[in-house]
Amino acid sequence: MKEFKVQPIRNGTVIDHIDSGKALDVLKILNIDETVKSTVSVIMHVQSAKNEYKDIVKVEDKELNPKQLQKIALIAPHATINIIRDYEVVKKSAVKAPERVVGIVRCANPNCITNARTELDTYEPVEPEFIVESVNPLKLRCVYCDRELDDPEKHLI
Amino acid sequence: MDMLDMKGRDVVSIGDFTVDEINGILDLAQDMVPIAKGERKSNLLDGKILAAFFFEPSTRTKLSFESAMLRLGGSVLGFANPKGTSATKGETLADTIRMAESYSDVIVLRHPREGAARLAAKFSEKPVINAGDGAGQHPTQTLLDLFTIRSEKGKIGGLNINLVGDLKYGRTVHSLAHALAMFGADLSFTAPPELQMPEHVIKDVRSYGIEPHIYTSLDESVHDSDVLYVTRIQKERFPDMAEYEKVAGAYRVDLELLEKAKSDVIIMHPLPRVTEIAPEVDETRNAKYFVQAFNGVPVRMALLSLVLGVSE
Ligand SMILES: Nc1ncnc2c1ncn2[C@@H]1O[C@H](COP(=O)(O)OP(=O)(O)O)[C@@H](O)[C@H]1O
Ligand SMILES: [Zn+2]
Repeated sequence: MKEFKVQPIRNGTVIDHIDSGKALDVLKILNIDETVKSTVSVIMHVQSAKNEYKDIVKVEDKELNPKQLQKIALIAPHATINIIRDYEVVKKSAVKAPERVVGIVRCANPNCITNARTELDTYEPVEPEFIVESVNPLKLRCVYCDRELDDPEKHLI
Repeated sequence: MDMLDMKGRDVVSIGDFTVDEINGILDLAQDMVPIAKGERKSNLLDGKILAAFFFEPSTRTKLSFESAMLRLGGSVLGFANPKGTSATKGETLADTIRMAESYSDVIVLRHPREGAARLAAKFSEKPVINAGDGAGQHPTQTLLDLFTIRSEKGKIGGLNINLVGDLKYGRTVHSLAHALAMFGADLSFTAPPELQMPEHVIKDVRSYGIEPHIYTSLDESVHDSDVLYVTRIQKERFPDMAEYEKVAGAYRVDLELLEKAKSDVIIMHPLPRVTEIAPEVDETRNAKYFVQAFNGVPVRMALLSLVLGVSE
């Protein structure tokens, strides 16, 4: 039996098994703010089948781009992405943290060359790049300055 | 021994090299000593140009790179101060490096920002040698430290090497600790608690199976040391002068301290030293810091000829 605490969506994406408490970060990654046109449901702190707490985000009429998927993989490594067509789940996949993340988080080291601005206020022509050293807990190391990034979710670009 | 092939290699971080590669570099540096002393002439790097780009002041590192290049018959161009260069007109480091590469065969870079050398290496086809990037890496200093220990003591692994002073902020001691652990040295870290070795370095050292001995007192740690590697404790780290003087005094090497040490202990220091080694120590056979400074030349000669792919 399907039980919905919120209105079902016809077409869109359900991001399920988000680590408890991270739903709001997911909204930020999806650029969802007060200008939103379609229905978005945010379900926080519900018990999963495994009796663990999780968050769920459901967005109508929207599919995610690869950068957004990478970001979600970083902050919610257990998330599943369910594509809904005509009220049914037509595709389900687990997010996968990449081995390297390029251009989605900034280095936290203010003295890192990737944070340097020239006299004309331009950055060096490189995207910040990190090696994913571990996913759980999430550990990223800057390819340039070699520092470990402590709270990657706070440094999303 | 197989000839080490490092042609075109960048030298950004000591962590990019294996123990075998480091030993190969040090072997070649040993052969370079007579040339570095001016006892033998060499034209090995005749026609080669080194671009020395120093965005931050340096005396020893810059002079020893220049000396190394000139002794091997090569030439040097560059600047010692970014003022008046295109960097002050808004040019990115990436563009400065692309320009440097078209005028030279090898680039030596000192820059105030961490990661600058890695970035430069990405934009240059010609080899880039990191001469210090902010609080980051300074691999040629580490190599000359290793060379000094190996040439004075005949080995590195198994020696008790005691790093003393400011272990928290000192950029040279972090890379050195990493390299010494790779070689299997027995490590002691002697520092005031507020300047002790950062946890990530201790973890890194442990990953090589080395459990470092942590001391707050030099009087206690000096007995077993084969090498005392002394660094400067900076005044700026302390809120008041009285506190600084107390701490600095406790980590000072003088003749009285040397009486408690092994008779063949060697004393090293990246220089410049201020008060942390008493001048009376200079005359002892234990003092090796001036030899160490000289060793920067043969080590950099070896690196330059290796990355340029030229050997005798
Ligand atoms: N039409 C729909 N509208 C909103 N949410 C849906 C819809 N269909 C499925 N879901 C939600 O998508 C997620 C995945 O659904 P499903 O594959 O049926 O469950 P599970 O992954 O738990 O086996 C669940 O959180 C479910 O509530
Ligand atoms: Zn960085």
